[in-house]
Amino acid sequence: MKNKGYLHEFTKGLLKENPTLVGLLGMCPTLAVTSQAFNALGMGLATMFVLVGSNLMISLLRKVIPATVKLPCYIVIIAGFVTIVDFLLHGFLPELHENLGTFLSLITVNCIILGRAEMFASKNPPLPSVLDGLGMGAGFTLSLLAIGTIREILGAGSWMAGTPIAIVFPDAFPTLSIFSSTAGGFLTLGVLVALAGLLTKKKPPAEVGCAACPMAGSCTGCTAAPEGKEETA
Amino acid sequence: MNLFQSLITTLLAAVLTDNYVLSRSIGICPFLGVSKKLSSSLGMGAAVIFVMGCAAAATYPIYQLLAMLHLEYLQTVAFILIIALFVQLVEIAMKKLLPPLYRALGVYLPLITTNCAVLNVTLNNIDDGYSYGMAIWNAICVGIGFTIALVIFSGVRSRIEAADIPETFKGIPATLVAAALVSVSFTAFSGMI
Repeated sequence: MKNKGYLHEFTKGLLKENPTLVGLLGMCPTLAVTSQAFNALGMGLATMFVLVGSNLMISLLRKVIPATVKLPCYIVIIAGFVTIVDFLLHGFLPELHENLGTFLSLITVNCIILGRAEMFASKNPPLPSVLDGLGMGAGFTLSLLAIGTIREILGAGSWMAGTPIAIVFPDAFPTLSIFSSTAGGFLTLGVLVALAGLLTKKKPPAEVGCAACPMAGSCTGCTAAPEGKEETA
Repeated sequence: MNLFQSLITTLLAAVLTDNYVLSRSIGICPFLGVSKKLSSSLGMGAAVIFVMGCAAAATYPIYQLLAMLHLEYLQTVAFILIIALFVQLVEIAMKKLLPPLYRALGVYLPLITTNCAVLNVTLNNIDDGYSYGMAIWNAICVGIGFTIALVIFSGVRSRIEAADIPETFKGIPATLVAAALVSVSFTAFSGMI
């Protein structure tokens, strides 16, 4: 960290260690809410808020939380921030709140957040942890926005529908309704993961699961799986 | 609609038309992670059915308690803690009382705490206003739907292993594209109920 400076903590999440396209974490919201670009952006920003907040809290409390009960502690902190986001969106953006539905509550079990808590915030001081949260959150938001943009343009022939900057393509624009369905989400994500692999010149991960799971180190269920990659702090 | 009809409708909805994994994209991590082999798909599926049923049974009364105290906003925090606690308890109890079952399902249990399908089914039960019995039945049906998706997909993946795929798409990208095709096949069921 000393060599590369604080900026690195922020930029690594954008492409090189992008949580969605390279780390393959948090797949459920990535697929479920990205049929429209606006929902994808909202989900990304909500997750980013929770990630920054929980990273800061966990980093501040890293010497207080006993190792034996750290997971329940992290989950309570994360769920607390999720409840805050839920209230904020309900109050200020009720339409987005309606669209995201239970997926807002499901931010609690988004493995990006628990993963960053376990691998980074619990071992680093507050400032790098916040930057890490901002970078990872921005990487997640950008990937979701990219998927949402592709799916909305190809599936519905519009972009950012429901916002002041909405662009609606003429009726002659051919749309493929498959891109609005779950199948389109899988397809778009598959192509983007391949693309990210080309750009980062890394092979796409062979499988999701224990190898990519941030809990692999502490999870007793993963003894057969290879150790999760450790953060060099 | 009599009881039998509503039981069957819930089952068909959870398995075919409204499958958590293939139609609503919930529980994708275990779907992609554990579906490599048929045996692990079945093991994970059985563990999920079991935990979902128990989690639904445990969270429903807790919600009633929170509602009585006007603390509904605590449901996310309360539910995830109950699920985490419950998974631990099940693991300990199973280890002591049912060692053969523990050997078969034990390794999948810790992975279930962060399985969003479990949290989602408990939240959905509340949102949809099910009765206590129907909430548990719905949770079990969703678990069955999850298992079926995993088992089908493990079959598809075993064929991908043998296929000749361009270098860039090897691994996860090919798996995701295959998942898209399986998901398309399930859209044929929409409108059945």
